[in-house]
Amino acid sequence: MKKKFRKLISRTEFYIALVFLALCLLIQLRSGQFFTPNNIVDILSALVVPGIFAVGAFMVIISGGFDVSFPALASLTSFVTTKVLLDAGWQGGVWLPFLIALVLGALLGAFNGLFIGYFELPAMIVTLGSSSFFKGLMQGALNSKQLAVIPVGMRSFGTSALFVAKNVESGLTSRMPTTFLVLAGVLLVTWFLLNRTMFGRGIYAIGGNPVSAHRAGFNVRRTRFLLLVYVGMISALAGLCRVCMMQQMHPTNMLGMEMNVIAGVVLGGTAIIGGAGTLFGCMLGTGLIVLVENSMILIGIPTVWKDAFVGALIVIGTGISAFQVNRARRAGLRNVRKGAAL
Amino acid sequence: MSEYLLKAVDISKAFVGVQALDAVSLDIRPGEIHCLAGENGCGKSTLIKIISGVYQQDAGYIEFNGKRFTRITPLEAIAMGIQVIYQDFSIFPNLTVMENLAFNTELAAGRRLVNKRRMRTVAEEALSKINFDIELDRLVGSLSVAEKQMVAICRALMFDAKLIIMDEPTTALTRKEVRALFEIILKLKEQGIAILFVSHKLNEVFEISERFTIFRSGKHIVSGNTSELDDRKFSYYMTGREFDAEPFRPRYEGGECVLEVENLAIEGAFEDVSFRLCRGEILGITGLLDSGRSELALALFGLRRSTGGRILVKGKEIAMGSPRDAIEAGIGYVPEDRLSEGLFLPRSIADNIVISEIDRLTGALSVLDFRRYRQEVEDWVRALSIATPDPENACSTLSGGNQQRVVLAKWLACKPDVLVLNGPTVGVDIGSKHDIHRILQRLANEGMAVIIISDDLPEVLQNCSHLLIMKDGRIVARPDPGSTDENTVLSHML
Repeated sequence: MKKKFRKLISRTEFYIALVFLALCLLIQLRSGQFFTPNNIVDILSALVVPGIFAVGAFMVIISGGFDVSFPALASLTSFVTTKVLLDAGWQGGVWLPFLIALVLGALLGAFNGLFIGYFELPAMIVTLGSSSFFKGLMQGALNSKQLAVIPVGMRSFGTSALFVAKNVESGLTSRMPTTFLVLAGVLLVTWFLLNRTMFGRGIYAIGGNPVSAHRAGFNVRRTRFLLLVYVGMISALAGLCRVCMMQQMHPTNMLGMEMNVIAGVVLGGTAIIGGAGTLFGCMLGTGLIVLVENSMILIGIPTVWKDAFVGALIVIGTGISAFQVNRARRAGLRNVRKGAAL
Repeated sequence: MSEYLLKAVDISKAFVGVQALDAVSLDIRPGEIHCLAGENGCGKSTLIKIISGVYQQDAGYIEFNGKRFTRITPLEAIAMGIQVIYQDFSIFPNLTVMENLAFNTELAAGRRLVNKRRMRTVAEEALSKINFDIELDRLVGSLSVAEKQMVAICRALMFDAKLIIMDEPTTALTRKEVRALFEIILKLKEQGIAILFVSHKLNEVFEISERFTIFRSGKHIVSGNTSELDDRKFSYYMTGREFDAEPFRPRYEGGECVLEVENLAIEGAFEDVSFRLCRGEILGITGLLDSGRSELALALFGLRRSTGGRILVKGKEIAMGSPRDAIEAGIGYVPEDRLSEGLFLPRSIADNIVISEIDRLTGALSVLDFRRYRQEVEDWVRALSIATPDPENACSTLSGGNQQRVVLAKWLACKPDVLVLNGPTVGVDIGSKHDIHRILQRLANEGMAVIIISDDLPEVLQNCSHLLIMKDGRIVARPDPGSTDENTVLSHML
């Protein structure tokens, strides 16, 4: 029991959870509006898109790289999907848009994966480039414009609700969007992949030491390639969910989200050098950022201050992570010195 | 069954024009402990990689258990029972002991899903092979170097290993851990497993191995029984040179006193240290690691502020506040950890040599005079015989011994009156060590005052004209290096 407790308090997730709870309580104390059904549903609803993005970003960081192309990838895939279905006058269900988005996401992910996996280029460099490329393709070649109308299947999926939460006092209601199931599904599948398959353990192994992973018998190139394909697919899902929820396709609306998403992932205890971190922590970190972005207004802080607070959170949170890495390295060095001395 | 478990015959391998291995041979009998020795860059690692299938040889063949191969893939090597424990152990610091142990078998069995229970069984079985006791859920990154090595050994044993190759396994181990490792190796031998032990450390070769093979610059020099080997022969085979361990005899006449240290102290590190040093002398300072010897070195070079006493250079008191003060006073310092403190490894050898005298190589408008720069670099590369095809190569391409020469050149270029060296030959191979000693003796005989801080007793006894022994922050003895021996010095130190 004691050992379990010690293990618990040695984990970063524990502290993130504490900060998370403290913030919730603070907002509750100041406003009395936090723990109301509609507010919680609102936050969960706001978590859907950044949450799915975060899962993808998380997986790439675990493997030892950074993917910054996912907003561009999501924009391009959801734009093409929406545009094609509009032009074709698709009146059917939402399954076809999802199918198209998944295929396109896999293709663009494979593009990233080819360079990162098989040509062994750093993920950050490749995705900086592909991010520009995807954007350029969308805005230049496809001449993207805002699509104010989206296919009917997507529209009804975006407005459908799992349930409606009502605040008895204020009478305000919030709908829990069906897209939340997409986040839940992505989390479930990803958790299984990461923890119950050799492919997932391979991602951790590569993040820990790619050379060792190769020697142990992991197919490092293929693992990296497939990882990027998978990340492309879930990023495309996030993009489509965003379009459905907004009821319109805005080509540049998602661009620029990568920084806050990655910050959330790192905040959740994912090691920036790769190899360590949990999905739970990743969601906590992302949740923390979503919470700050959405609830500052509840404690009377004007929304113009939002960026400053999110920024401070990122600097402090990631700073702690970097500090831990440095300390670990120094401790390692000390051990070596001590070893050499005896 | 043939007499030999492994025979590598006439193996050659070249990398972009450099002949790394030139028709070398190696044979290992079943269950023997064989030591492969040689200086850095002699081709040991290349041969290991060929045997384990990582590289392919250009010529020659390998016979394993009587079966002849012209090429081996890594998987074949593992299937035949060849396991390599690399210097970095090839482990995953971010994962648990269990996963580190079980991954290889799981992958070899082509499994796609993770089964924790099966992995646990596999891992426990692996640990039981050498009765190694460790928590399976611990992260490998939190283990000590020795424990990590044990994990790597356990993992190697899981594949029905017949030959385990250990690449410089003792580098980061303490003496006690080395002892424990040797016990494991003997246990493995009892189980009929052959060990190829790669090392360049003389005492280890003598202690553990039954037979040995020595390579030198990609060529096979000699193989034989360790019992027929002695210090002298070993050094000769390793370097191709005979070393006459000649004790230092000061030849510089009329050396004025350049450095006086009076009651120097750093609180908590050492106190009451006094000595005088004249031109042409080599002063040895020795003691255990916590004796304060390193702190004294740092204080002499202004890297740590002294809290008492004074330092006089040529009769003038120097306020030693920073290395710049020391350099201006004519003191040079070759640090203990040359990799982090002494060199810019990614920069060129030339840049490293001239870095501390760069101000003197400038012409009008403080622009670097490239002709003088090249001349200076060339002079030093020749004077210290730094082995490099091109001084513009990065410093990291040099072996340990040659890197140490670059550090020396850097300081000598500033023409110091006093040169302080902290552990000048730590991690340096025999040949370079000998050369560095000769260089230091020559410098002293040309009028430099040298201080060697080292716990390598033969080194200080052989090279110093005076000796200080420190213990618990104080000087406890000043024996004459010419008339004392290692045991006497050791008894003062302990």
